[in-house]
Amino acid sequence: MTATIAGTALGPHLRRRRDAGRKLLAPYLTAGVCENWTDYLRAYADNGADAIEIGLPFSEPVVDGPTVQEASHQALRRGANVRDILAELRRVRLDVPLAAMTYYHLVQRDGLGPFCANLAEAGVRGLIVPDLPLDELGALEHAAEAAEVDLVLVAAPSSTPARLRDIAQRSRGFIYAVSVMAPTGVRAELADTAGQLAARLKQSTDLPVVLGFGIATPDHAVAGARDADGVAVGSALMRAILDGDTPAQVGARVAALRDALDRAYP
Amino acid sequence: MPDPGSAGRFGEYGGRFVPESLIPACAEVEEAFRQAWADAGFRRDLNRLLSVYAGRPTALTPAWRLSAELGVTLLLKREDLAHTGSHKINNVLGQALLAKRMGRTRLIAETGAGQHGVATATAAALLGLSATVFMGEKDMARQELNVHRMRVLGAEAVPVTSGSRTLKDATSEAMRYWVTCVDEAYYCLGSVMGPHPYPWMVREFQRVIGDEARAQCAAELPAAIPDYVVACVGGGSNAAGTFAGFADTKAQLVGVEAAGGAAIADGRVAVMHGHRSYAVQDEHGQILEAESIAAGLDYPGVGPEHAHLHDIGRARYVTVTDDEVLAAVRRLARSEGILPALESAHAVAWVIRAAEGGELPQHATVLLTLSGRGDKDTATLLEVAR
Ligand SMILES: Cc1ncc(COP(=O)(O)O)c(C=O)c1O
Repeated sequence: MTATIAGTALGPHLRRRRDAGRKLLAPYLTAGVCENWTDYLRAYADNGADAIEIGLPFSEPVVDGPTVQEASHQALRRGANVRDILAELRRVRLDVPLAAMTYYHLVQRDGLGPFCANLAEAGVRGLIVPDLPLDELGALEHAAEAAEVDLVLVAAPSSTPARLRDIAQRSRGFIYAVSVMAPTGVRAELADTAGQLAARLKQSTDLPVVLGFGIATPDHAVAGARDADGVAVGSALMRAILDGDTPAQVGARVAALRDALDRAYP
Repeated sequence: MPDPGSAGRFGEYGGRFVPESLIPACAEVEEAFRQAWADAGFRRDLNRLLSVYAGRPTALTPAWRLSAELGVTLLLKREDLAHTGSHKINNVLGQALLAKRMGRTRLIAETGAGQHGVATATAAALLGLSATVFMGEKDMARQELNVHRMRVLGAEAVPVTSGSRTLKDATSEAMRYWVTCVDEAYYCLGSVMGPHPYPWMVREFQRVIGDEARAQCAAELPAAIPDYVVACVGGGSNAAGTFAGFADTKAQLVGVEAAGGAAIADGRVAVMHGHRSYAVQDEHGQILEAESIAAGLDYPGVGPEHAHLHDIGRARYVTVTDDEVLAAVRRLARSEGILPALESAHAVAWVIRAAEGGELPQHATVLLTLSGRGDKDTATLLEVAR
């Protein structure tokens, strides 16, 4: 299986950059949302992304708010599916690591081993499954490891201390800290829970902690990265894409986030 | 039909596939339910509400004329006589009492046909809780009467405009909303679905249907146990509750799905809305929109325990078409003076087909759970008549 591995490894890359003092920026894109969706990946990579999260659209996105729901449904209406998305990704070469974000239904459908191997072969070296909690990880942990895909676990403001310890221990690549008790979506302000959770996690792990959900503006990014190692930005970028922003325009938004982080944390 | 254990498994189905944010809330519901269910005081309170408020036990009515026509003995378990017009009230009274016991002040629910929404609005009013009910925009249009009933009862009915704008999307939306208010709100799920402990808990709250029917059959039938036990299956709560009363007998258990949304007949293994079970999906694994004349049955999935009962062969799952259902509504209405809910008429339609097609032996005894009454469907029937 190792022979099929492509793409940049997630964990070592993020750790290196974090250890060099850089705050991490992980923009999100719903795959297949529009004809030229892979051009947005390049725009993300060229404008300072440290990793890119790629949403594989599912018809029942229970963790997502209105914007990502709309993006998922738009992608599905266009006929997007995992097989074709991975085929397109195989043709894209980026020096930034990719992590897929999708629901467990799509992961388990054709078998965990084949799914993870297909990701790795397409150059996707991380996997985030927001509806698969610690207790149900089961065989996916092993399948991901065998395919050299980092299975990134999600921590929430409601997680108990014992669960946070387990999440920190079993997560690979980084830990995805959910900033708020809410679905994904642009929010006016960053929740208080965000910093608290990131700080709690940082106490118990050396893995990079990336804060996501509700981070929309450069100010949010700077505030979110105070206690975390970096931030994930999804709905704000997807809103722009759904409203017709070109890859260059969206690239400029990513550059503004990058710039704000670099200025605040030189 | 046993306790599914701490992992909530029925064979390979069930589980707790929810975001990490909701895990503590699910664990809290499980803990509270285990304690309440073992507490004689809780059971007494619930039983009292079921009898003095919901009208239990519901009757077991022999379908005199239809039985003669079909050459079988057909007994109807009359959940249509329960308060608010369907079996949904049994489950909701149980969960609302549990929510109260947990110190919650609000109920959240999803609804398809509106029966679960009406039951939730009713229990909330009774117990002094507030209720927010998510309902697909499409279902709202065809179940206008129930939307109005919920609002008169003081509940907030929230239209869901995403996806196919039906029950599956309302369920997703209710889960998203629950995350935002887990500390004060209790998610009152309407069927044997969702993350552990819901499929188990809802079955236990609906077990009253099967337990009563078992005792009533013993008084009514020389053999005490019917040959067949039949119920319609949307998520599968009225069927699960009915089956639970006969699980340890020789009765053949038959679940009747809508042909347009037959999770067990046409589905594949899926993880959706918190559990692993069967659901109807396309070649890429995207969940398909189900289609049935009965809003309460056009859910593309089914509760995990039914998937398990199917796999081990303890229950059989069959489908009927909308046309058969409409014919069954008329036939039951005219032969017995009972207008069944379109959902319940699925079970009636299968019994008619099986009896007339020779699948049911002459003189077979059949217990059929009539899950609800048809008043809510008069607009649909009117439309069909035109
Ligand atoms: C009258 C009636 N029967 C059956 C159902 C289907 O639910 P379940 O399969 O959970 O009993 C519904 C759902 O709305 C209903 O209103």
